Amino acid sequence: MSARIGDSPRRADGPPKVRGDFAYSSDLKAGGMLWGATVRSPHPYARILAIDTTEARALPGVLAVLTHLDVPGRKLYGLEIQDQPVLAMDVVRCWGEAVALVAADHPEHARRAAQLVRVTYEVLEPLTDPERALTDDAPRLHPGGNITRYVKIRHGDQKARADVVVNGEYEIGMQDQAPLGPESGLAIPDSAGGVDLHVATQWLHVDRDQLAGILSLPPDKVRLRLAGVGGAFGAREDLSMQAHACLLALRTGRPVKMSYSRPESFVGHVHRHPGKLIYEHGATREGKLVYVKARVLLDGGAYASSSTAVIANACCFAVGPYECPNATVDGWVVYTNNPPCGAMRGFGSVQNCYAHEAQMDKLAAALGMDPVELRKRNAMKTGSRLITGQVVEGSAPVAELLDRIKKMPLPSPLPPQGAGLGRGARKVDLTQLPGGVSNTTHGEGVVRGVGYAVGFKNVGYSEGFDDYSTARVRLSVVNGRPRAEVHTAAAEVGQGLVTVQAQIAATELGVSDVVVLDADTQVGSAGSSSASRQTYVTGGAVKAACEAVRERVLALAQSEIGGSTGARLESDAVVSSRGEVMVTLGTLLGDAVIEETREFRPRRTHRLDSETGQADAHLQYAFAAHRAVVDVDIELGLVRVVELATAQDVGKAINPQAVEGQLEGGAAQGLGLAVMEEIQVKDGVIRNASFTDYLLPTILDMPPVRMDILELGDPHSPYGLKGVGEPPTISSGPAIVAAIRAATGRPITRVPVRPHDIVDT
Amino acid sequence: MDFLQPATWTEALAMKAAHPDALPIAGGTDVMVEINFDRQRPPAFLDLTRIAELSGWGLDDGMLRVGAGVTYARLIGELGDRLPGLAMASRTVGSPQIRNRGTVGGNLGSASPAGDAHPPLLASRAIVELASTAGTRRLPAHEFFLGPKRNAMRKDELIRAFLVEPAQGPQQFSKVGTRNAMVIAVCSFALALEPERRRVGTGIGSAAPTPVTAPEAERFIEGVLGEHDMWQKPAPVAESALVRFGELVAAAARPIDDVRGTAAYRRHALAVMARRSFVWAWNEYRGAV
Amino acid sequence: MNGRPRVAEDVWEGTNLLGVLREHMDLPGSKNACEQGECGSCSVYLDGRLVCACLVLAGQAQGRDIRTVEGLASAGVLHPVQEAFLEAGAVQCGFCTPGLVVATHDLLTRTPQPTTMEIREALAGNICRCTGYAKIIDAVHLAASRMRP
Repeated sequence: MSARIGDSPRRADGPPKVRGDFAYSSDLKAGGMLWGATVRSPHPYARILAIDTTEARALPGVLAVLTHLDVPGRKLYGLEIQDQPVLAMDVVRCWGEAVALVAADHPEHARRAAQLVRVTYEVLEPLTDPERALTDDAPRLHPGGNITRYVKIRHGDQKARADVVVNGEYEIGMQDQAPLGPESGLAIPDSAGGVDLHVATQWLHVDRDQLAGILSLPPDKVRLRLAGVGGAFGAREDLSMQAHACLLALRTGRPVKMSYSRPESFVGHVHRHPGKLIYEHGATREGKLVYVKARVLLDGGAYASSSTAVIANACCFAVGPYECPNATVDGWVVYTNNPPCGAMRGFGSVQNCYAHEAQMDKLAAALGMDPVELRKRNAMKTGSRLITGQVVEGSAPVAELLDRIKKMPLPSPLPPQGAGLGRGARKVDLTQLPGGVSNTTHGEGVVRGVGYAVGFKNVGYSEGFDDYSTARVRLSVVNGRPRAEVHTAAAEVGQGLVTVQAQIAATELGVSDVVVLDADTQVGSAGSSSASRQTYVTGGAVKAACEAVRERVLALAQSEIGGSTGARLESDAVVSSRGEVMVTLGTLLGDAVIEETREFRPRRTHRLDSETGQADAHLQYAFAAHRAVVDVDIELGLVRVVELATAQDVGKAINPQAVEGQLEGGAAQGLGLAVMEEIQVKDGVIRNASFTDYLLPTILDMPPVRMDILELGDPHSPYGLKGVGEPPTISSGPAIVAAIRAATGRPITRVPVRPHDIVDT
Repeated sequence: MDFLQPATWTEALAMKAAHPDALPIAGGTDVMVEINFDRQRPPAFLDLTRIAELSGWGLDDGMLRVGAGVTYARLIGELGDRLPGLAMASRTVGSPQIRNRGTVGGNLGSASPAGDAHPPLLASRAIVELASTAGTRRLPAHEFFLGPKRNAMRKDELIRAFLVEPAQGPQQFSKVGTRNAMVIAVCSFALALEPERRRVGTGIGSAAPTPVTAPEAERFIEGVLGEHDMWQKPAPVAESALVRFGELVAAAARPIDDVRGTAAYRRHALAVMARRSFVWAWNEYRGAV
Repeated sequence: MNGRPRVAEDVWEGTNLLGVLREHMDLPGSKNACEQGECGSCSVYLDGRLVCACLVLAGQAQGRDIRTVEGLASAGVLHPVQEAFLEAGAVQCGFCTPGLVVATHDLLTRTPQPTTMEIREALAGNICRCTGYAKIIDAVHLAASRMRP
């Protein structure tokens, strides 16, 4: 591929994906392969009194039944806090927690055996109210208590007073990432006590390191290779079946495959934190923010996962992308016996954006001001200070984004609905109405609303985390032509990272044949495909490794054929500053191989001060704004999103088509949380663990997205790029809810918005 | 598990008699979810897809007799003009893939209170034809449903067909779901006008332990129409009567709070749908007279 | 199976057609995302009709004509629908892609020049979690224009 940065070449992994022969983690097979199954807790909170595996072991076809006693190394794991049992020991803390494992020769045998593992529980009353988790009378679910993290931000004058004050309380439901590919993988034991795991994950090395501890193996005996990943969105940051498959494979000495069903997937990964956010905004009569007070409570569920970072985001960006001289923010994430929550696209900023944008609309109404104008008056810009004290460097075009979406043309108004007589007169296009072909309205009760929202978040890992990536680039001559091979451990999860890496190598080395090798742990860590960071950080590593290779090539050229200042690599050759080919790379390199490995480390960040929450905690910020147009059937409470419009600053679009795909796809996930997606939990139990009742937006629900993509650069990042993946998911939903409020005149303080929230029954 | 695959109806009945616990399967759109998710392991499957006569339809003494194996896609395509209410409901069933496989027979067999075909069948007083080696019997649809996922079939019986009059007047179907496609009903409502008989039929889905009718609402609106001789001289129905009709439909429901919606919302939505769909049907009738 | 007779042995009676394809016939293109007919990732043709393979009991498929995504490209040349999905950027993680490619193929067979609303209705049973669908609609229009006789 010779496409350079700024081009939109076809995806390198596209042809096998459209043919159906791309090997996803659930497609893998090996000779003599066994199937693993997991025994899970039917209770959200219970003591385990006994586990009897006798019957399960006796079932024909069963080769192993394992419990926590069979975990050779660390019994607990976790991304930030090691609090989650590989297999439950004395207690289960959430519904669906893994208790035992089975390996059998057929999936049906594995399922039957799993049912025959007899676990005796003493059922305990689950702690399901996060407010109660904060109190002393709640049961302590973990040794350190129930507060996973408390974040305190004190910025400016804590006694500031304002002319106009608005208050609000907002509730966010639990969203599921719902990647279409189920958690799955294949573990293959080697003859030396090690294991190869082919798995769909977001971060190979953090899996590897956790597995080495659990399996009590040196890291080099646990080799991971990225299998095809069917979407991630945060759901693949934690371990799911990884350790279980390895344990079974090492025990049986045979390859073991595990692949979750959709219901199991709902307990197989963490979800977006549900939360309650209580806000007070104070402003001058002219509409300048004076202060914001926020109390943020997120339900982390039974285990920490990435909760500590999510609450930090929810607090750091609690005010939204606005200048606010004074802020008081208190945020807690707590343990309960609800399903564990962790990373999902937007990570903390999704929750607070619903609250701060509702507050801005409320404030605008109180001031009698246009909501976009109010936002612009307070818009963050380059040089503004966050409530954490950090100065915003690089572009921060909040007012411009708002201007752009405001100026975009609006979709045509509601078509008039004939109330005429006879069959012909009723010919309404149901697909254009709320309810669609379900025929709930022919125009009756339908009101249009328009809403705006803007949001932002950090790109990359924050608070002093050693965020880096590694790339190995190798230039050699194959069949007379130069070929660059790029090797990283970065996870292609669908975002197009493989293609982007190739574009960067083609740009830096001027070669047309670039091969991106499969991601595995044979090269250094790339960090996670999370936090909108991978093009920035792994892109930066590939760029750095290419530059090192290029330097050696040019040095070689200098020594072989003499100097030329300004020589560069282009079109498979060394080219002079005047564009003349000095020597082809094929000739220059011959049998030589030039290989360089580089780690790329963005600037360091710092941990929030525990008393004030002040610090230069973040690397980069990404901003987006959305306008939503909705039609609401105000009598039935049904919503049709007519159109979304967005403007986003992407710094530099390395692959414009992929950028558009992120903006459209991210907005769809925002729409989902706004109007339909919620994991419903009652007494700690998920009541809708299937795609029949956990509703994802279909092609009939997702409207067209008008896009305005700005490339304003960033002085510190490779090519000036900014992370792209998350901002579309942050402000899209709040814009939709604002539009529903505009249509209905109702306050709407909870998402997803349900029909009965609109009609008030 | 055994897999039984009769080639003829007679063979199917014999197999069902011999294996009363065999689970009949046609389009599989309900049954296979049970199997895939390990919720059921029947001793045997009885595959009905090879029985040609189940996928036919025709007239039977003025009624349409539709084989239990006719898919929703075919109902829409082949019978949409004669059974518009059922066709409208069929159009809301799942996705094209589901409508290509799913059958009304299967919907009846599952007897889910949320089954989309049930309200229009109730509204037009359809009859379910059941058969066993002992013989054939016909049950009115409203006697067929006994409870959530329970119906009046005996273990040795299979659903052969349903019988329904071709539409005698305008029909409507309306369904609330929380997305614009592929959604199970939060609640649904079907309406059938029968001008010749001066009759209004109703059907309610997903708002009671079984699909139900709203007889009081039917009698009320029939009374309103009769009082002013409106079938002969159709005029707009007073708003107050429409509201009352909606209230009576809602009162006929016995909804619960569940994962798809609240009982209070279901009652409210039924009233709205009943009112609206009556107006649509009545306007169509007024325009046609 | 894609035009030739295939035999699967030792198939457990409760297996669905999707399992037969994936585990017995080495045709993993049809995907296992929900196994309840809600996502369309396993869309295949059964006797010329678009169905979810996960909802067809294995025995029901015996003797039937099955066509899967693997049967669309011929002699290594991508079908125009497949080409259009690549070109329009309709593929991200790709897990929904095989199902969408088959469903689009079915739509264009029946309706060679669909409107955007016809595309939306026809593909309503195919969930995509990555793209937000816009580029899928573009791809269908593109394929339709390329396949115009």
